[in-house]
Amino acid sequence: MQVQLSHPARTVEVKGPKRAKELLRELNLVVEAHLVIKGADLVTEDEMLYDGDQIEIRPVISGGSPHFPFHLSRFTSQK
Amino acid sequence: MNCTKCKTKAVIGLPRHNAAFCKGCFNGFVHDQVARAIKSEKMCEKEDRILVAVSGGKDSLALWDILLKLGYRADALYVNLGIGTYSEQSHAKVTKFAEAVAASHGATLHLHTVEQEAGAGIKELAQLIHRPTCSTCGTIKRYQFNHVAIEQHYDVMATGHNLDDEAARLLGNVLHWQEEYLDKQGPSLPASVEGFAKKVKPLYRLSERELAAYALLNRIDYIVEECPMAKGSKVLLYKEVLNRLETESPGTKQMFYWGFLEKQSKKQPTVTTMTEKDRAVLHPCTSCSQPTTSEVCSYCKMMLRAKTVAPR
Repeated sequence: MQVQLSHPARTVEVKGPKRAKELLRELNLVVEAHLVIKGADLVTEDEMLYDGDQIEIRPVISGGSPHFPFHLSRFTSQK
Repeated sequence: MNCTKCKTKAVIGLPRHNAAFCKGCFNGFVHDQVARAIKSEKMCEKEDRILVAVSGGKDSLALWDILLKLGYRADALYVNLGIGTYSEQSHAKVTKFAEAVAASHGATLHLHTVEQEAGAGIKELAQLIHRPTCSTCGTIKRYQFNHVAIEQHYDVMATGHNLDDEAARLLGNVLHWQEEYLDKQGPSLPASVEGFAKKVKPLYRLSERELAAYALLNRIDYIVEECPMAKGSKVLLYKEVLNRLETESPGTKQMFYWGFLEKQSKKQPTVTTMTEKDRAVLHPCTSCSQPTTSEVCSYCKMMLRAKTVAPR
């Protein structure tokens, strides 16, 4: 099956059949930080994936949003 | 795996809730979690006008979508930071959502472009004033969101911070024993002084994975790429560590953050204490009138320096 990955964007070929959680484990990816998409559909970790399936593994982590419960020091002017 | 509620085929498993949901029941779960957050933390009322801080990412666009579907009067503000193609793409995603979804609810999108005001994008601006890019970005976004919320008379400002954001930030503060930061890590901050908008985080009960799934299932087109400026950020490392723990021991993140909130709520009357502390040290900036601890706020100083050195 063709597996599309991000960060960096790349495609790898993986032999099926196997369950989504086994695919993640094989690629050393954590379940909690990824979604497995078969074709256009989101699937659970126990979904069986076969050769010929188009799979996307989408990372869910984003970062960099400034926090608004700022500490007062953030209001102190920069010297 | 079948849906815990309706027994049809599930699209997502939620180990921390020992549940799995189909699309319809998952949307119900997400909306319910946000409604519970708003009610339990007294974030806002149905008649309030809300300003959502949107970035083009999954969390903020999902938040705008959920608030509108729950029947709230929610407009949004997007700050274009001028980070090359990343900003162009995120701007396009926000505009697309505003036109395709938000407009039908009568919601408005406000825009602020850093380059127009500062004469440079965020990366160049940070270099000009010799400050880290993420710190410069934080100052600008916090200032602009508060500015628009106050100027346009919004009752409350909402950000898309989720359970993972809050747990990672708490871990960082605890690892460095920055106890003085903990008071302001709650999901609802009062408008403690004149010039400060009330700030809320209605997504604090939902994980990053749940919000990505919500965006995907509801065809919300968001920017999947990370901000190029955030590479190597400590927050990303803390999130990675917490996700490893969560995978091995489901419920770790919520036990950590929600447990902290429970302890804080028993410790002190947070709203009163926070308001008293803020009133003791904050006063209006002599240039823009937004609250600051010094004579001129850091945003005004930054803009002054940028305008002095930046070629127009």
